Amino acid sequence: MNLDLTPEQLAFREEARAFFTENTPESFKSRVRAGMRLEPEEFTQWQRLLYARGWGAPSWPKEYGGAGWDPTQLYIFETEASRADAPVQFHQGLELIGPIIFTFGSEAQKAKYLPAIVSGDDWWCQGYSEPNAGSDLASLSTRAVRDGDDYVISGQKAWTSYAHVANRMFLLARTDPDARKQAGISLFLIDIDTPGVTIRPVITMDEVHHTNEVFLDDVRAPASALLGEEGKGWSYGKVLLDRERGVTAATTTRLAQQLRGARQVAAETIVGGARLLDDPRVADRLAQFELEVMALEAMVMRTMAEATSGQDSGPRASMIKIRWSELLQQITEYWVELQGYGAMAFAPLGPFETPEAWPAKGMVYSRVTSIYGGSNEIQRNIIARRALGL
Amino acid sequence: MNFDLSEEQRLLKDSVRRYGADHGDFTAWRARVERGEAFDAASWRRMADLGWLALTTPEEDGGLGGGPVDTMVVAEAFGRYLMLEPYISACVIAPVLLAAATDEVRARFMPSLVEGGVLVSLADAEPGGRFDIHRIATRAEVVEGGYRLTGEKSHALDGASADWFIVPARTAGADDSEGGISLFLAPAKAEGLTVARSRAMDNRHNASLKLDGVLVSGESLIGRLGDGFGLLRQAVDHGVVARLAEAVGAMDAVHEMTLEYLKTRKQFGQTLGSFQALQHRAVDMAIACEEARSMMYLATIALSGDAAERKKVISAAKARVGQTSLYVGRQAVQLHGGVGFTEELAVAHYLKRLIMIDMAFGNADHHRAELAASLEPGAVAA
Repeated sequence: MNLDLTPEQLAFREEARAFFTENTPESFKSRVRAGMRLEPEEFTQWQRLLYARGWGAPSWPKEYGGAGWDPTQLYIFETEASRADAPVQFHQGLELIGPIIFTFGSEAQKAKYLPAIVSGDDWWCQGYSEPNAGSDLASLSTRAVRDGDDYVISGQKAWTSYAHVANRMFLLARTDPDARKQAGISLFLIDIDTPGVTIRPVITMDEVHHTNEVFLDDVRAPASALLGEEGKGWSYGKVLLDRERGVTAATTTRLAQQLRGARQVAAETIVGGARLLDDPRVADRLAQFELEVMALEAMVMRTMAEATSGQDSGPRASMIKIRWSELLQQITEYWVELQGYGAMAFAPLGPFETPEAWPAKGMVYSRVTSIYGGSNEIQRNIIARRALGL
Repeated sequence: MNFDLSEEQRLLKDSVRRYGADHGDFTAWRARVERGEAFDAASWRRMADLGWLALTTPEEDGGLGGGPVDTMVVAEAFGRYLMLEPYISACVIAPVLLAAATDEVRARFMPSLVEGGVLVSLADAEPGGRFDIHRIATRAEVVEGGYRLTGEKSHALDGASADWFIVPARTAGADDSEGGISLFLAPAKAEGLTVARSRAMDNRHNASLKLDGVLVSGESLIGRLGDGFGLLRQAVDHGVVARLAEAVGAMDAVHEMTLEYLKTRKQFGQTLGSFQALQHRAVDMAIACEEARSMMYLATIALSGDAAERKKVISAAKARVGQTSLYVGRQAVQLHGGVGFTEELAVAHYLKRLIMIDMAFGNADHHRAELAASLEPGAVAA
């Protein structure tokens, strides 16, 4: 039992540290630290930078253009990224569909789609949720009907983040209306400019256009758009479960960024000649976050070490998602409180930027993190059922 | 980076768990407690035979020379089975201190210590110092042939059973100075020493001390005169980390009991575990157990690391384990309902044990403040 890194891991850490120091765009840093999402073109710029270094897909096997790293290396990579205020890569192509394509896709699909995900040339969006299928995703009602060599897809998708930016979409649709729930669902890969796809923006409470409603009206997709077998679409998501460990590690290491930001405000704000940080109430609150973040990071380290040696981590990825989102919300809320009136300039009424608004934007954005990707209540249901046997 | 036990550590873990399952019967435990026994003397002898009491004592003193992970493995089982034997006071904390004593003292104490003979307890706190171990008002004067100790000590773990105490006393410096502290061995029967014995809610038999001009010999001094704080800190750190493991063992056990209860107890025609409100509570308890275990690992590893990091991590761990363990203990009683509130079920005893562990060597609030003080502006602990 130790936290020691091997000489190879130490060398890799140096390499990653140097890369992030030299390549993280200065203009990203303060927004990343505040927990804000970058603009789509910035995500693409970042993906291209990593791709040029051969690190476009850190968690993928080498044969598909990935870095082929083990989980400990991934953890080192993300920790160094966090140190440098570098962003998390945009994940929908890399983590949500790429692994399904390289595990279950045809050779033609792998050749067509995987390289463009790694290079940043393609942007994928996820067509899963529907107005009446949120947490209960398996009750989705979008239909795909076979018609000659094509499928004709009709329905409505909700919370389709970045559909307005994406050129591709992966979606779940019901191919067998008589099969029970999960059984009749298939997975399709379509181009977003296919006739019949209509996108309506949905502006979220952070005043950003991240997400959309997508209407599918007799969208005609060739049979080759089907991934794997008809009716098996639901089951392909299982390969993502094992990978959640890596995704949670990437996001969790970033909490150190928000903590640094909040501490810095407390250290730089002088009230009546004394630093805010020297107020015991403030020091206490910050120390509480520190120790909770430390516990969470230790959970992540254990998970990554277990993954490296092929051990099961049980429900810990779900636990980490719950704790990470709770802490992100609490830390960004407190950061804004520490700012006081400084946080009131949410948007410029003139030709200037208001970077002091970024923690507030990050805070408002963070509300979604306990809702998306399986709400924290759904995560608790999963843990209760799968791990505790309740 | 790995959190795995070595082959030997795994065997040790199996052995202590088996021992706990064989000898940890709750009915027998309660009977001993009600007879007023501080611990199970027969069990203490068996633990000595199994070699546990010698685990971390240096090899040159007849011990096995093990490290913090060995202690962690044993202490976890002590928590899981509510064992009351004075393992942490006599065999984790005392050996760290006695290793700095004179050769004669070591030769006299260590063999007996590892055989479960002599019991030694550190009197680590004072009324005016609360949880700050450097706030020492007890004075030691140099006198002909030794030292004269005068002062008060508010806490000596398992002190009611101790044959000897290790007493930190000031030979120089102001009451709140880390310099000028010396450590002395004093027999429990020494003239002028009043030992106030008490049973805590977790049924440990502890003590507070009053020293009224207690005379000890010159060779009672442990370590260098006036330079004992570092050693005191180190011994307490080892004690803290062992108690964290004890807490984690108790948390896991009481969480498992609660799950079992939720799966079997029926009300309104269905098991309690089928109610979502209770499922989510059980999940939050499981998360708390995972956080505490993770902190226990970090703190155990930190014991062998550099001093600044050690202080930070141990304080963070003591605080977080305190918070999460009290949550788990209290929810376990709550979810058991009325029977959880009785002395007849182990659940209540786990909660009382966890409350006392949080208090020992500084509670969660104390250690959170320690952590806050150890952070540079802008720095992040994790």
